[in-house]
Amino acid sequence: MTSHHTGEMPAIRYNFAYLDEQTKRMIRRAILKAIAIPGYQVPFAAREMPMPYGWGTGGVQVTAAVLGPHDVLKVIDQGADDTTNAVAIRGFFEKTAGVATTTATAEATIIQTRHRIPETPLGEEQILVYQVPIPEPLRFLEPRETETRQLHALEEYGLMHVKLYEDIARHGHIATTYAYPVEVAGRYVMDPSPIPKFDNPKMDDCPALQLFGAGREKRIYAIPPHTRVRSLDFEDHPFAVQRFAKPCALCAASGVYLDEVILDDRGGRMFVCSDTDYCAGRQAQGHRGEMAAPAAGQALDVMPGLDPGIHGVPPVLPAQGVDGRDKPGHDGVSDRVGGAGGMP
Amino acid sequence: MQELARGFADPVLEAQDVFRAAMRALSRPGRPQRLVTELAPPAPLTPEAAALALALCDYETPVFLDATLAAERAVGDFLAFHTGAPITADPGEARFAFISNPLEMLDFSAFAPGSPEFPDASTTLVLQITGFTGRGLSLEGPGIKGRIGFGAAPLPAGFAARMAANRALFPRGVDLLLAGAGEVAGLPRSTIVGED
Ligand SMILES: [Zn+2]
Repeated sequence: MTSHHTGEMPAIRYNFAYLDEQTKRMIRRAILKAIAIPGYQVPFAAREMPMPYGWGTGGVQVTAAVLGPHDVLKVIDQGADDTTNAVAIRGFFEKTAGVATTTATAEATIIQTRHRIPETPLGEEQILVYQVPIPEPLRFLEPRETETRQLHALEEYGLMHVKLYEDIARHGHIATTYAYPVEVAGRYVMDPSPIPKFDNPKMDDCPALQLFGAGREKRIYAIPPHTRVRSLDFEDHPFAVQRFAKPCALCAASGVYLDEVILDDRGGRMFVCSDTDYCAGRQAQGHRGEMAAPAAGQALDVMPGLDPGIHGVPPVLPAQGVDGRDKPGHDGVSDRVGGAGGMP
Repeated sequence: MQELARGFADPVLEAQDVFRAAMRALSRPGRPQRLVTELAPPAPLTPEAAALALALCDYETPVFLDATLAAERAVGDFLAFHTGAPITADPGEARFAFISNPLEMLDFSAFAPGSPEFPDASTTLVLQITGFTGRGLSLEGPGIKGRIGFGAAPLPAGFAARMAANRALFPRGVDLLLAGAGEVAGLPRSTIVGED
């Protein structure tokens, strides 16, 4: 077909949520199969997205395929709504889909996340979309894809148990603290993405639908609501989550995941909620931690708000150097199965 | 020549809406989800089954039609025109199968169950039903809190036994979408179906 060029530059127009319809259909079919086979990694033909892989293109593609005009989207990066990565992805969907966005967990219909599960319990109508750097839980034990696929097919997970047991032999306990492997619905062993193992119990019997997208490795997997998710462990070394010695220094919450924040170069530090929406909500309700600004007037000048840029312990290279926040990146290299954990 | 029935008025937003209904249906097995469409496809294809086809099928997904659907040439023409999907007479190579007469449907074993390495390479069956009854069968498994009652009509004889045989293949197996008037329910392969 020939076209008549008028000489005018056409305005750049994107389809709703950026992806073309054929790509969305292909991703949607993969999502439906992922839901039907909980924990199994469905291959899909990932598309190039206008952002680098370290930004969570797998999660972005899943969100783009699922999102509708009535959705309310929240995007978090290690618990925070305000990092470069979270702001950019939120802005991307505001621009390409015109959807409403929020930072409040309870208001969101879709939450895209990098490396955390919100502290506020999720509901039946919510969808949690995880950005996944490396979807294959057996990858560090067996580099060949044909082999890992065979191991999953045979339900042969002895290698994983051996690896975890070597941890115990070496450290006296299972040292893996992030991306701690789980068994889904009694069948597939799955990588929950680099969330802290603290979050693993939240996946079990969760009322929300959990979807996982790995862009670089082109895999989608899912956990339907109310599905049994068990962290791998041993009778003599049962799974246990991290505990924190003190409550959040800002909102006094306990039983939540805390980040270490460096306050100065003289060793001053404090532990605060990793989930910034949860922490802000508690502070708004009047909860005050030991480092919180006094309710009336004068602010503490050592604490100019929760600056994500100073969450930096221990120092590791952020993935692809695109993450504005230098919290432990854990994008697939260190601290996986067999790695030494950074948190208590 | 008869005029071809139209497709989605807004292909982008209607496909998204229908997909979300299917996703809710498969992630909450046995709980009918609202699926509203303005489509008026050639009979005996129903509007809901047509909406699922237009939302999910394309040139990558061979489509199988049961005997009553295949007998109406307008149905195949409608699906081929609006989705681009090849119509196949071989249920074993179909990614989607549309069943207008569940009472006489083929055994699940006629369709693709996927392989042990790629269990996702399996057929999704769309059964046209007249309605949900909420009893007769019991369901449990992923997506279901505890156990729930479920029923739909019409379903073929020995439906629970067919579903049990399908479940025994897990992680291989077929997945079902049951499309009734204004509703769709899912029965993925992960669901354990018993007689109530
Ligand atoms: Zn806090």
